[in-house]
Amino acid sequence: MKNKLKIFLNGLIYENPILVIFLGMCPALGTTNTVENAVYMSLCVFGVLLFSNIIISAIRKIVPNEVRIPVYIIIIATLVSIVDMLFHAFLPYDVYQSLGSFISLIVVNCIILGRAESFASKNNVTDSIVDAVGYAAGFAMAIIIVAFFRELLGTGALSWAGNSVQIIPADYAIKEFAKNTGAFITLGLVVAAYTVIMNAVKQKKASK
Amino acid sequence: MELFGIAFTALLGSNIILSRFLGICPFLGVSKKTSSAVGMGLALTCVVVLSAIICFFLDKLLVALGLASYLELIVFILVIASFVQLLEFFLKKYVPSLYKALGVYLPLITTNCVVLQVCLDLVSNEYNLLQTIVYSASIAVGYMLIIVIFSHIRTRLDNQEMPKAFKGSAIALITAGLMAMAFYAFSGFSF
Repeated sequence: MKNKLKIFLNGLIYENPILVIFLGMCPALGTTNTVENAVYMSLCVFGVLLFSNIIISAIRKIVPNEVRIPVYIIIIATLVSIVDMLFHAFLPYDVYQSLGSFISLIVVNCIILGRAESFASKNNVTDSIVDAVGYAAGFAMAIIIVAFFRELLGTGALSWAGNSVQIIPADYAIKEFAKNTGAFITLGLVVAAYTVIMNAVKQKKASK
Repeated sequence: MELFGIAFTALLGSNIILSRFLGICPFLGVSKKTSSAVGMGLALTCVVVLSAIICFFLDKLLVALGLASYLELIVFILVIASFVQLLEFFLKKYVPSLYKALGVYLPLITTNCVVLQVCLDLVSNEYNLLQTIVYSASIAVGYMLIIVIFSHIRTRLDNQEMPKAFKGSAIALITAGLMAMAFYAFSGFSF
């Protein structure tokens, strides 16, 4: 049980895909203009990562080593096509529109292929499920934090499914944060803040 | 004029890195030195243009067979992955000097989302062959332009004093944000 917790925390905190090892950065910039988009994007990544980890760790002893990467890519591409069609059918249409091709591009998201190659292909199914949940949670945490600040500072309001709450008067909102400049700068600041916190934690642990 | 419009928008107006946020991992990863940025840009240009042409014809085939809506993504990514492999073999055998120059960047391109996005775009924008070539080349040159400029900025950043937490990717992201603000000026043009 302790081992499982370690695998989970590794993905969520110590090797956070966005904030520490900088993988899969494109959706972290492209889908963080509103919290709603970020939540649905995380859901999408969670679904694909979970099933790709399960399938790949289940077939890890059958797949010959030489062709493993093409096999992984076909599995991931199939899962992404399924998720894309499900989202098209069940998601609010404007959310699906604004996520746009970022759903299809999960195929080439390095988090998914990276976990398949470095974890799922070497470990059993249960551990792989825990690993997928950890990394998906880490991804979700990072992009939802970025989206929260971008939406709050860019529009002064937080919205969900068409209902919005104005927190800062709209005149004081900095529109740049909702645009592309704000995406890069907010992510940069969040990365820096996370580094400060992690360093402080490490120092505290070392001094004990 | 229409082709010029496509080229200008792809190159500067809505640049693939700064306003569409694609190919960010290699953008941060290989922009530490100018020589590697140029290598990555050249390798990407080869792969994007050639795989866009292949995908253009394959898409026509898929549409004719009536399979386009659900096989497109799988076929495209397979084409890109195997094409990168083939290109690697070919260059290794026949153009060893170029193979050496591109080095490790070639296999990395499979997971660069720019390549897949260009193939998906030419389907959704319904481009013809000439437009496909112009569009894919402009996207790739736009990518190379930004990554090379950015690598020059980064080599200067290395010698600057800054808070420890910002060193590395955090300051790189903020720099990219300021570049995006500068390039935002181009998005107002329309042809």
